[in-house]
Parts: sequence; C-alpha cells; structure tokens
Amino acid sequence: MRLTGKMPVPQKEKMNATFYISAAVAVLSTILVIVSRRAVHALLYFIVSLLAVAAMFYVMGAPFVAMLQVIIYAGAIMVLFLFVMMMINLGVDVRGPEQAWLRPSRLAGPAVLAGVLVAELVYVLAAGWKHSAAPVEVPPEQVGLAAFGPYVLGVELASLLLLAGLVGTYHLARGRREDKSPKEEQPR
Amino acid sequence: MNPILFHLLTIVILLAALLTVASMLIWGERRLLALWQDRYGPNRVGPLGLGQVVADIVKILAKEDWIPPFADKAVFQIAPGVILVATMTAFAVVPFAPGLAVADVNVGLLFFLAMSSMSVYSVALAGWSSNDKYSLLGSMRAISQMVSYEVFMGLSLMGVVIQVGSFRLGDIVLAQQRLWFALPQFLGLVVFFIAGLAETRRIPYDLPEAENELVAGYHTEYSGMKFASFFLGEYVGVTLFSSLVTTLFLGGWLGPVLPPLVWFILKTVLLVCLFILVRGSLPRPRYDQLMAMGWKIMLPLSLANLLVTGAIVLAREGAR
Repeated sequence: MRLTGKMPVPQKEKMNATFYISAAVAVLSTILVIVSRRAVHALLYFIVSLLAVAAMFYVMGAPFVAMLQVIIYAGAIMVLFLFVMMMINLGVDVRGPEQAWLRPSRLAGPAVLAGVLVAELVYVLAAGWKHSAAPVEVPPEQVGLAAFGPYVLGVELASLLLLAGLVGTYHLARGRREDKSPKEEQPR
Repeated sequence: MNPILFHLLTIVILLAALLTVASMLIWGERRLLALWQDRYGPNRVGPLGLGQVVADIVKILAKEDWIPPFADKAVFQIAPGVILVATMTAFAVVPFAPGLAVADVNVGLLFFLAMSSMSVYSVALAGWSSNDKYSLLGSMRAISQMVSYEVFMGLSLMGVVIQVGSFRLGDIVLAQQRLWFALPQFLGLVVFFIAGLAETRRIPYDLPEAENELVAGYHTEYSGMKFASFFLGEYVGVTLFSSLVTTLFLGGWLGPVLPPLVWFILKTVLLVCLFILVRGSLPRPRYDQLMAMGWKIMLPLSLANLLVTGAIVLAREGAR
C-alpha cells in the first residue's frame, strides 16, 4: 500500500545513467576508504562516498533524504570525525602498525562472512521481492507515520537517552576542568 | 529557446558574473572601507581605481605557486577548490527573477544548508594539510565556529519555512508579495545575518585568520592563486549570504517599477555593503565570547523564534 501525494518518479532511462555513475563512485570511494593508509585521506573518500549516496537518493526520487544525508552525515558527523582526527596523532606516523593489522590472514574471517552476505544479496535480487522476509515494500512516509504514531514512546525514550548522554558528556568535561584549576571556576 | 541551451547559458553567465563580482568586491570593499574611515583607498590605477582589480589578478597569477615540502600535497591542493565549488554550487537554487534560476528545486533551502556545511571542509583540510601550528589552530577555530553557528543558522530559517510551507526559494519569494519576511521574522533575519558573518569568517568573526595571533590562520602556507581562491570563496560567500537574505527576508525580486532582476541586484548589493560596513565598524571578540554568544544567546533566540512562529501559524490555522 502506498500513500498518495508521492513525488513523481523521474524518467527512468535518463536517470538510470546518473544512478549507476553515482553508485560506481560510491562503491569505488568506499573501497578507497578501506585501503587508504592515512586516516584523513580515508575520511575524505568516506565523505565522497556519502555524497554519492546522497546523489543516488536524489535520483531515486527522495530529495529530502538526499539533503539530510549531506547535511547530517557529510556536513555534521564527518566534520566532527575530522575535528577529532586533527587533534590526535599529530605528526605521529601510524602507518607501520596499521599495516601490521591489515595482514591478509586477518582478512579471512571478515571476507568469509561478507561473502555469505553477498551470496544472500545476489539470491534475493535474483529471486525478486516475493522471497524477502518483509510482506510489503515500506515507503518512507510509512516509516515516519509508524515512528511518530504507535511507536512514539520508543522515539521519545531514545531522545531521553540522547539527552542523558549529552548531560553525561557535559558533566565529564566539566569535572576534569574543575580538578585542574579550581580558581577559574566562575561564581554561580 | 531550447530549454537545455537556456539552462547552460544561465549557468555560464551566472558563474562568469559571480567571479567578476567576487573579484570586484576586493576593490569595492577597500574603497568603501576607505570612505567610511576617511581615507582614499585604491584610486590610482584607472578610473576610480577600478584597474586595481586587474592589477591584483595579474600580480597574483604571476606569483610562484609554492607548496611547502612538509604539506600533504593532494589535500593541500584540493582544499581551496572545495570552498569555491561549494559556495558557487549553492547559487544554483537562488531565484534571481521569476523563472530565472539554475534549479529552483523543492529542497532549495536544504541544498543551501548542505553546501554551506560542505565549505567547512575547505578550511579544515587547508589547516590540517599545511602541517603547521598556526594553520592548525586557525582551522580548529574555524571548524568549531562554523559548526556551532551552522546549527542556529538552519534554525533561524525554519521560521520562514513554517510560514511558507515550502523549502523552494521561488515559493518563499512569492509568499512575500504582501509583506516581506523581514518584519514578522525579524529575529530570524538578525540571527541569520550574524550566522552569515560567522560562516563567511568575516570580521568580527574572523578569529580563524586573526592576523595578530595566528599569522593568517588556516591559509598561512598558501600563496598565489590558491591563496586568492580562499579570498574569492569568501567574497562569493558574502554575495551568497546577501542574495539569500534578499530572497528569504527582503522579498527577493519583488518591487515596483523596476524589472525584477534589477530589484534583486539592488537589494543584494546593499546587503554586501552592510557586510563591509560591519567589517569596518566592529572589533573582533575573544574566542570564548564568540562561542558563548552563539550557544547562549543566538541558539535560544532562534529556538524562541521557531516556537512563537509555529504557535502563531498553528493558531491561525485553527481559527480558520
């Protein structure tokens, strides 16, 4: 079942090329994220990958999700990652130990597990939608309606959890500063 | 005319106009600052000193483009491009006159916010890749300043979005036919303008490049055209924020007698002058003052604005 008032689906033939190009960029940049030796380079490829996924969302008729992807993931979360990365390991070359972690023998386990997932994906794609576990395809409106309808309590609880995390972080950061220089504490 | 050709023509003219305006602004800013500070400013090269722009460009193109040996070369070269691409791409959603926009998409305002958050990477990567303490400190300041001010920059615009019910900038302009949003959304306008100053890193929010403590901040190691790219990016950013304030709060292309495009340009130019006047008249705050102002004053203000606007819109709908 689909809700009315959906975006008009863009013309298939023209959009397919755009979709596949951005998908190729996404896959390629994701691979480069894994193989990059320097953390900041990996992060840059990660940003490109997120932008490519945003382009895919846009082409598939979900411009709102595409923009949120850029603003939240590429624009906010990745900036914080970069910020932390700039402050740690400054001038220290960590390429040596990282190469030691990436020996081929260590990759065997994840590779087998990923292979199982790929096989599953190929099977589901080949067999079509009817073999999947979900009875119907779920459009984004349905997700929103469900999250803020019957499951609104869960969403509110999750936001409470986030607030608790925020307060906890504030407390931790503030506590350490008071230990170091009690004189600087401002009068309340 | 062929619609695709018209589109391409719009893009080419827009990019050419933006680059011209951005480089002319270097002269414009110096002349205006001089006027307000009782000086002459650059007035020797050509009529009114207009040749100064050409002279500056020739000089900067002829300079050696030096990349420090201790820098991360690839990232060092990408960084100045990012800010130019991000700010110029954001212009795609700005409607200059009825029907005259590169792409007046229905998520236009979100696209602008997305692109302005992309421009943070430019200063972050420039500072990191320079491998130098002043650059790093400058870009640290830039990141925390821009990320903090982005939060309520988005929030300050949501009042307008609630009133219009659309992210499309064309719709937002048309919704102001009776009353510019500068009046009902005055708080939003003030907060957005201040956030714009912080996002473009202009005085009084130019701590990332505070020259008396950080040499030149994140672009200390840059020279030649790459250095100029940061400045072009800054001026394109100023033009972008001015045209967005025009579109969102000052009725965009709307106005009597004169053609729409002329009204748009007139309002935008006035706002650019305001940006320059602010630079000429305000001192630079301390860093903690800047952050405290952001989180303790601007954020609550924009949240209150959002709350009141939402309440009024809901009450009006209920009364209908």
